[in-house]
Amino acid sequence: MTTASPTGPRTTIPTAAARAIELSKVYGDGDTRVVALDRVSVGFGQSQFTAIMGPSGSGKSTLMHCVAGLDSFSSGSVRVGDVELGSLTDRQLTRLRRDKIGFIFQAFNLLPTLTALENITLPMGIAGRKPDKQWLDCVIQMVGLSGRLSHRPTQLSGGQQQRVAVARALASKPDIVFGDEPTGNLDSRAGAEVLGFLRDSVRTLGQAVVMVTHDPVAASYADRVVFLADGRIVDEMYEPTADGVLDRMKAFDTSFRTS
Amino acid sequence: MFRTALRNVLAHKARLLMTVLAVMLGVAFVSGTLIFNDTLSNGYRDQTAKSYAHVDVEARSYDTSDKIPGISGKTFDDITRLDQVAEAAGRVDGTADVTDKDGRLINSGSSTSAANFAPGKDGQDPLYVFTDGSGPTEPGQVALDKDTAEKNGYEVGDTVRIALKGPAKTYKLSGIFTTDDTSVALGDSLVLFDTPVAQRLFLQPGFYHYVTATAAPGTSSTELAATISKLLPGDADVKTGQQLADERAKGGAGDASTLSAILLAFAGVALFVSVFLIANTFTMLAAQRARELALLRAVGASRGQVTRSVLIEAMVVGAVASAAGLGLGAAMAAVARSTVGVFGAKNPDGPLVVTSTTVLVAAVVGVLVTMLAAWLPARRAAKIPPVAAIGSAHLPTTTRSLVLRNLLGGMITLLGATVVLAGAGAGGSLGQGLVGLGAVLAVTGVIVLIPLLSRPVIAVAHPLLRRGFGVSGKLAGQNAVRSPRRTGATASALAIGLTLVSALTVLAATLGQAVDKVTTDIVRADYMVTDSGAGLDPSAVADLRKVQGVTAVSQEQQAWMQIDGSQQDVTGVTPADFQKALRLPVVSGSQDTLAKGQIAVAENLARSNGWKVGDTLPVEYEDGKSGRLTVGAVFEHNDVVLPVVVSTDVIEPHADKTSILKIYVKTEGGTNEKALADALAGDPGVKIGDRQDIRDEISGELDTLLNVLYGLLAISLVIAVLGVVNTLAMSVFERQREVGMLRAVGLDRRGVTRMIQLESVVISLFGAVIGLGLGAFLGWAVGETMKTEIPGYAWVLPWGRFALFMLLAALVGLLAAMWPARSAARLNMLTAIKTE
Repeated sequence: MTTASPTGPRTTIPTAAARAIELSKVYGDGDTRVVALDRVSVGFGQSQFTAIMGPSGSGKSTLMHCVAGLDSFSSGSVRVGDVELGSLTDRQLTRLRRDKIGFIFQAFNLLPTLTALENITLPMGIAGRKPDKQWLDCVIQMVGLSGRLSHRPTQLSGGQQQRVAVARALASKPDIVFGDEPTGNLDSRAGAEVLGFLRDSVRTLGQAVVMVTHDPVAASYADRVVFLADGRIVDEMYEPTADGVLDRMKAFDTSFRTS
Repeated sequence: MFRTALRNVLAHKARLLMTVLAVMLGVAFVSGTLIFNDTLSNGYRDQTAKSYAHVDVEARSYDTSDKIPGISGKTFDDITRLDQVAEAAGRVDGTADVTDKDGRLINSGSSTSAANFAPGKDGQDPLYVFTDGSGPTEPGQVALDKDTAEKNGYEVGDTVRIALKGPAKTYKLSGIFTTDDTSVALGDSLVLFDTPVAQRLFLQPGFYHYVTATAAPGTSSTELAATISKLLPGDADVKTGQQLADERAKGGAGDASTLSAILLAFAGVALFVSVFLIANTFTMLAAQRARELALLRAVGASRGQVTRSVLIEAMVVGAVASAAGLGLGAAMAAVARSTVGVFGAKNPDGPLVVTSTTVLVAAVVGVLVTMLAAWLPARRAAKIPPVAAIGSAHLPTTTRSLVLRNLLGGMITLLGATVVLAGAGAGGSLGQGLVGLGAVLAVTGVIVLIPLLSRPVIAVAHPLLRRGFGVSGKLAGQNAVRSPRRTGATASALAIGLTLVSALTVLAATLGQAVDKVTTDIVRADYMVTDSGAGLDPSAVADLRKVQGVTAVSQEQQAWMQIDGSQQDVTGVTPADFQKALRLPVVSGSQDTLAKGQIAVAENLARSNGWKVGDTLPVEYEDGKSGRLTVGAVFEHNDVVLPVVVSTDVIEPHADKTSILKIYVKTEGGTNEKALADALAGDPGVKIGDRQDIRDEISGELDTLLNVLYGLLAISLVIAVLGVVNTLAMSVFERQREVGMLRAVGLDRRGVTRMIQLESVVISLFGAVIGLGLGAFLGWAVGETMKTEIPGYAWVLPWGRFALFMLLAALVGLLAAMWPARSAARLNMLTAIKTE
């Protein structure tokens, strides 16, 4: 029996793009009380690609949703850049998501009525701002969509659609990009492409990226993997390899079955 | 299969709510009309039966050939002496206005009747039951019906001023009575005079208009009628009480059923409009449940079974809606009975009548309309392939090509427009028929074409939406054309109602302007004096002439004569005054010739009889004398003067009494309405109208009619609103994930709300544009067919009203979006994104 002793997160990251301190999320009351997140403290650094992993129900999606301002939390604090989320109204949160955060969902990232380019610039359109032309070209070139900007989502393959989503997430120069199983619906080649772009954005653009996944191969693209179980951070791994992550996950399974 | 269908209905209660409401409104309109009609006819029949309860036989004689105006006293005595007669009464009737204690006319709006009190041997008149006092038996006495007396606080012994022709006279109230007389039951006032007074006022001393009789024991009404008719001239009208009651009841039922026919037509429009809503609902339900239906197919249900399952759902929905509609209809009928008078000011009493036919019609109409509307969606649902159950991809809604539909729609529209144009060109009743047929075709065609039209028409609004409302506006514009079929069906509902409304408005504006033109062109007088019923006394003309500042008083004397073998209504005028008060739109000849004793004839009458200026025509006057008259002028037909105008000098010698309908008064500055009213103070029945009143009088009840029609069409607009709500709710439901995604990437709640609102407004305005366009065209076409009959006709587009309708449509859109927009803004982002 292997004991997965939590080493605890290192909190020595100098410049955090987003950070959760003592974050808790509780659903229900009394008998139906479920603790989804239990005093989680974690930081996501700039120029860092972080993967969040854990078994189903471990709270990995909830953690991401709370840090990304999509969901409310019960106690603790969340900061994106230097903004404290807990005190924001719905409108302020919406504005924060629009201006400071990029999103890539598993599916249904794009509006079918808009062209690829219109989808990419959608957050800026909502804000009523002109996109930074140079940056936009750079992002579009990076994801290799130059020839398909006037296509509608239905005319694009699944991989191309996710690349449009990546471009949209990056286009507004957000503080941090969150991905919720961004490759979950793609075959391995298209998935590898998308993950490659995300890693490139961290390397060349200095972007902070956080991704929830259950795929060890996807996690191996990250600089760091945070493992969650039962609403707590139980482990962390730097410079992960697919095999290393897989082993760690297997260890979880065993420990869960025996505990 | 039935159980599955039933479960589906229950599971989609909220989704089906709008459909139920729409069908319910349509059914309520239909059943309400039927119940209203049955109730009134029934009440009216009971009432007429009651009013003839005391009459076995009624005899009338109008013989004019030997100058006897009615039934003479001698004939009446002969009838009374018959063995078969138990009791007979000679009767006279007319009109008399009662004034209240301040001298004002009462009972305006309903008729004011008068009759004689005809006591039998026992001193009682069986038609009238005195609750207080007794019948008038002296010249200075009158009796009043209880309603009128009570309303005005009259008691026996009071003096009452009664306006007859000329100055009002004062009478002493001898009694107050109740009666089963139908017109009194329907709200008329009734004044009873002593018989000789009534004869003098309304007929001739010693004569009766008619005689009522009751049969002696052992004699049947029919026998009595036969016996009495032997005493009267051959053309006398002798009928039994039963016959009369039946005839009047039938006449009343006719009145009620004309109204019902109109109401049912509007109910038809309402139901037609709901068809689009129902079809939309079932299409969307089937699309939402595509996987479910595919699963049914995969586990072995046949296409027919799937179709039937959807149709059974429609049937259940229709049945529920019909039942609710019937209840609402009965309530509407009950309200209408106490507020809308069909025969008079009041409706007859009696229970609300709900016949089995009404129930059957309500059920059949509701269920059938729903099932018919659901039929196409049901067939489409059955075409969902079983594999759809397994596929994980979101099934796109049917994108079947619209080519065939557009081709068909284009052809029908073209055909309809051609027929309408042909009708407009042809004119007359043939033209109107053609326009009607073409209108149905054109409207059908446009409805078929509406999905095709939606893209280009809404595209016009795109730049505005984008510039004005940013991303929300842009997305709203695009969402509005995402499903052309659905947008089309939604807009159709609104378009149909607005087509009718705007066609009516165009027509009313056109006719209104024509009337204005005629009024300003023809009428030079400043005031028009009329009487509430009895006609004006010649003394009024003299009184008006005495008023300071009056320059012309032109009376319009009513007469008739045979001209060139055909009976004509004739206006008698004093040429010098007529010249100053009215200018005839003369086509040939001259108005001056009236002074020479020549006649002026309307153009259409002259044309159809082949008369020209200078023709001398043989005429026969009222008293039977013949003569010859020359046509001095032909004038454009109009609604101000009767088709034949002649000097009073020509007709006066042949008329036994002067009947003046109107007096036109021309004044110089400084004379006002009050001075005229003071001059005629003796006759409270007189009404004085200024130029605006003259205009309104000529245009008749056009505006009132228009308002009633607007009210009736409002019901189809309500259904259209329900349709928009329905469509939006479905769209929001289908686009949950999109809305969630938009919220995640930074569109705030207000932006989401605005997006849905704008989509709704765009669809509503689209429907309005189509409706107003069609309406303007059809209004023009109908106007063209009546061109020759309407003097001063010129097509008018009422821009103000049209702008108002557009505004109304936009408001309808906003209103309809309220609930769907709110639910969209409140969507939980996370669940929306996760929705599979």
